[in-house]
Amino acid sequence: MKWKASEMTPDVKWKDITPGCNIFEGGTSCTVETGDWRTMKPVLDADKCRQCLLCAPVCPDMSIPVKNGKRGDFNYFFCKGCGICANACPFGAITMVKDEK
Amino acid sequence: MGIRERLSGNEAVALAMKQINPDVMGAFPITPSTEIPQYFSAYVDNGQVDTEFIPVESEHSAMSTCIGAEAAGCRAISATSSCGLCYMTEMLYVAASDRLPITLAVSCRALSGPININNDHSDAMGVRDAGWLMLFAETNQEAYDNYLQAMRIGEAVGLPIMVCQDGFITSHAIENIELVEDEKVKAFVGEYKPQHYLLNKDEPMAVGAYATPVYYMEAKRQQAQAMMDAKDVIKKVGAEFGQMTGRTYGMIEKYEMDDAEEAIVIIGSSAGTAKEAVNELRAQGKKVGLVKVRAFRPFPAEEICEALKNVKSFAVMDKDDSFNGHCGPMYAEVTASLYAAGVSAPRGISYIYGLGGRDVRVESIQRVFGELGEIAKTGVTGETYRYLDVRE
Repeated sequence: MKWKASEMTPDVKWKDITPGCNIFEGGTSCTVETGDWRTMKPVLDADKCRQCLLCAPVCPDMSIPVKNGKRGDFNYFFCKGCGICANACPFGAITMVKDEK
Repeated sequence: MGIRERLSGNEAVALAMKQINPDVMGAFPITPSTEIPQYFSAYVDNGQVDTEFIPVESEHSAMSTCIGAEAAGCRAISATSSCGLCYMTEMLYVAASDRLPITLAVSCRALSGPININNDHSDAMGVRDAGWLMLFAETNQEAYDNYLQAMRIGEAVGLPIMVCQDGFITSHAIENIELVEDEKVKAFVGEYKPQHYLLNKDEPMAVGAYATPVYYMEAKRQQAQAMMDAKDVIKKVGAEFGQMTGRTYGMIEKYEMDDAEEAIVIIGSSAGTAKEAVNELRAQGKKVGLVKVRAFRPFPAEEICEALKNVKSFAVMDKDDSFNGHCGPMYAEVTASLYAAGVSAPRGISYIYGLGGRDVRVESIQRVFGELGEIAKTGVTGETYRYLDVRE
């Protein structure tokens, strides 16, 4: 039986899935790549960014990491490309561009 | 020796609940099951049980309450009928796929429309593919006995279970009944000790996962296995119950089937009426018999094939219609079972009967046997999709 989210791989057999697909650990959304169906992606212009941090709280996932009061570059593992951050930025520091894969 | 009483089917089920003393009941009233939470709430108010009684605003919420409670690690119960069961449907599927052994008492009633509060099986049959175990009772005694066995069965395989009886016919009619002593019930049903539950602080867990196409089918295959595994559990628990009470239960009940040439397959209270019809025809020397389906989920395919393989003709009685233009739902499953097992000799017909509380009389069942006699003699089935006792 596979009890952890990390053990739930596409190879898992039906006898090894936990009843109800229950997962026996917390914070498992960290392991799920929600950014894989993005068509547009936000690009940060660090020169224009004033670190006002209006963008970070409006992100519906956790694509804008904030450390020591400053935002870092986008975490594209989670970014769905919704563009809310680009709309929230008062300084035009975030541009939505087509995501080429 | 048990306790002699006389109770309605609803009272008997409420009393079984009291004897078991579950942790949570989430319920919303609907005729004809209203009495079950009504009687039970009196037990709660009197302090005779320590169940948390949650009066919700709808059946959808009643089942949601049960799901939350059962996932938390509690024994959760509810009761409903008809449109109430329909309104629960979305959550019924969640309870089954989350593998939560909730127990639901159903006093079966017709569905609208035309609006009708009387008995048939459209409600239960409408949710037959929701993944729940389903037991049906012929009498008040069976409704009570099935309820006492239900949690053992559901909890053993991790599936929710419906304990169905016929609305008004058994739910409201008072019959003699033999109850099991409280301490024996407690010992038989036992405590619920789930292996994993949300309120276990030592084991964080997530219930109600999202499964992408990569995982969904494997999850369903496992759910299907639980339903298959339930057959042995139903028989084992039924036998153990028999050792305690003298009343043994299996997947089906065969009545006068040993040398039967014509048989009917039936479910619920009308089996009692049909047994009387069989008795009268047997007295006339006719070789007739009856198969009563007690467990509809899992479906007793092998048992039915075994029972019907030597008959010349049979009728499957459905107290509801699939509206598929050719047969009732149990007929479809019975004939599928026979076909899969390579049993092709018996000639079968589908009878829709007793809809919306239409009285089912001994003479009605005898007419069915009359038709079966003709089919057995001539080998000609004629129209296989028939309505019983409908004015032409």
